[in-house]
Amino acid sequence: MTAADGVMPAPPPPPEPDWHRLDARMMAVKPVTEAAGLLLPVILVMFVGGLSPWKLWGAAAVAAALVLSGLFRWLTTSYRISETHVQLHSGLLVRKERSVPRDRLRTVDVTSDLIHRVFGLSIVKVGTGRNDGAGSEDELTLDAVSAAEAERLRQVLLRRAPARETAPDEERPAGGNPPLAALDHRWLRYAPLTLSGLVAVGAMTGGAFQLLQQLDIDPRHFGPLEEAVRWAAETALPVVVGAVVLVLLALVIGGAFVIYVVQYWHFRLTREDDGTLRVRRGLLTTRSVSIEEQRLRGVSLSEPLLLRAGGGARCGAVGTGLGTGEGSELLLPPAPLSEAHRVAGEVLRCDPPPTTTSLRRHPAAARQRRLIRALVPSLVVAVVLAAGAWIGWLPHWPWLVAVVAVPFFAWLGLDRYRNLGHALTSRYVVSRGGSLLRTTVALQRTGVIGWRIRQSFFQRLAGLATIGAVTAAGEGVYEVLDVDLGDGLALADAAVPDLLAPFLETPEPG
Amino acid sequence: MAKGDTGPRLRPPRHRASPRAITWWTIDAAIGWLVLLLPQVVALLVWGSAKPWLTLTVIGTLVVGALHTAVMPQWRYRVHRWEATREAVFARSGWFNQEWRIAPVSRIQTVDTERGALQQLLGLATVTVTTASAAGPVKIAGLDVRTAQELVDELTRTTMATPGDAT
Repeated sequence: MTAADGVMPAPPPPPEPDWHRLDARMMAVKPVTEAAGLLLPVILVMFVGGLSPWKLWGAAAVAAALVLSGLFRWLTTSYRISETHVQLHSGLLVRKERSVPRDRLRTVDVTSDLIHRVFGLSIVKVGTGRNDGAGSEDELTLDAVSAAEAERLRQVLLRRAPARETAPDEERPAGGNPPLAALDHRWLRYAPLTLSGLVAVGAMTGGAFQLLQQLDIDPRHFGPLEEAVRWAAETALPVVVGAVVLVLLALVIGGAFVIYVVQYWHFRLTREDDGTLRVRRGLLTTRSVSIEEQRLRGVSLSEPLLLRAGGGARCGAVGTGLGTGEGSELLLPPAPLSEAHRVAGEVLRCDPPPTTTSLRRHPAAARQRRLIRALVPSLVVAVVLAAGAWIGWLPHWPWLVAVVAVPFFAWLGLDRYRNLGHALTSRYVVSRGGSLLRTTVALQRTGVIGWRIRQSFFQRLAGLATIGAVTAAGEGVYEVLDVDLGDGLALADAAVPDLLAPFLETPEPG
Repeated sequence: MAKGDTGPRLRPPRHRASPRAITWWTIDAAIGWLVLLLPQVVALLVWGSAKPWLTLTVIGTLVVGALHTAVMPQWRYRVHRWEATREAVFARSGWFNQEWRIAPVSRIQTVDTERGALQQLLGLATVTVTTASAAGPVKIAGLDVRTAQELVDELTRTTMATPGDAT
């Protein structure tokens, strides 16, 4: 394994390809991006407490350092793509020389944020699908190359045998392949059902407070806020609460729409001629992720509670080499459930989609277990809070809230049980579970590279087990939770013939 | 009980860990509990009179620690078992919660041994078998050093002889 690291012996004969540098424009982009983060502190330092010559010199020094570091990065970074390897050399003081065999490349992720787009540049990340042992995945990053070069790299890097390169193909319509899925504006209705709005509002509030703080404004003496507080003091409480809830709701929903549009605008999922699936999306930062189809091990359908209530779902790829940043596994943004199933089927070339398979329910013992696990902690919390109130350390409302929440937890436990299920199709192991985030995973049976079977003490008492299918892709192991031990082992045995069989025994009947 | 009584069962893997592993687990657990206990005892000696609940936590730690140190190693020894065939590595581990791992030889990437200070003292080793998965390696802990070495050699041989790209 270590042979892939460090310097490889130069690949033999065919004319050595040239070393490439990153695009020269990255020298401008890099300082601008980094300076943008420093802008506010710099302005504050400059104008709060007056100008002084040493401050100007300081700013100049920072600017010079940024430009110089950009220059050095450009001078010291180079890459080349030979017949067999991708090589990347970088670093001035600590020289890094990486070399990855091309047949290890699994994904190519091309991202350009606004500043990169202004300069016509893209960041290319290449995932190798190899774990470095510490749980993170090995990847090569080229920050940044021209958009044209990024497109060339995307096509070249995932292309294996030149023979597979397009033979003249008359059937293909001009302008690329028809998309497997494309953004439908009606999907926007699912935006408020994701929690992204909350996140957005949280981030904005945090940002606003930081700004006020840096500008040295006490929020209590901030004009608009002050007026709002005065209005609240003069108005009846229910009206104030109603107004606050309405404003928050409007912000959250508005934020969710904005985030959905920013992330998923121009979303298109296509199957390319070079045997890859390609997802393109983004309004400001554009992103293009190419996944080698051969390395796709399955799909996962996720339905967060709210989205599920609204009949929506997301679809993601279970593949190797998808560790290249958040969202690289995305195949479909929040969209109607039927669309998610359809995309799952299209992507896996499987009709009907394995995610729609009817699942085998888990035994009643599993329901009991889900209920206990949901209820016991909530009851303990309620009792502790009540005891606190009884001693007089706490007010009474916390334990009342905890008691009111108990039925919700009971429902959660039941829902978690209802969602449990598993099935085996001709090519896939399908498993479903979860309530707040329900996920249905269809994993290729040929992608299973081992089993991890767990039984807690209480699971042993109940005759249940958690059967984990170990795979090189995605999260590394996909579990069938709280299945009857016999059923689970039968599933594992049937899914991958001959692997488990030597270690199984069948108890004498009776 | 009728629950889970139907269908196949996993049979226990053939081999046990070394009996010395019991000593290893005992010392290991004792050290862990001492680390937790000593600061409490010091605190008790310094502020004992002012904080009577310190006595309770010290007693609690002592009781739980003693129980865990007495019970866990024996229990673990009965659970920990392993087996390597030409096709797969099969290991069982844990005690209160238990785990079975099966990894086909064709998917093995590396086979290593690991020896902590205590294990070296007792002549023990842990064999770690990694595959391409992020689910973590299959670990066979508390083997006699010779057994561990033989296992590593055998697995390396069979891995070499078995084709497969490990993903």
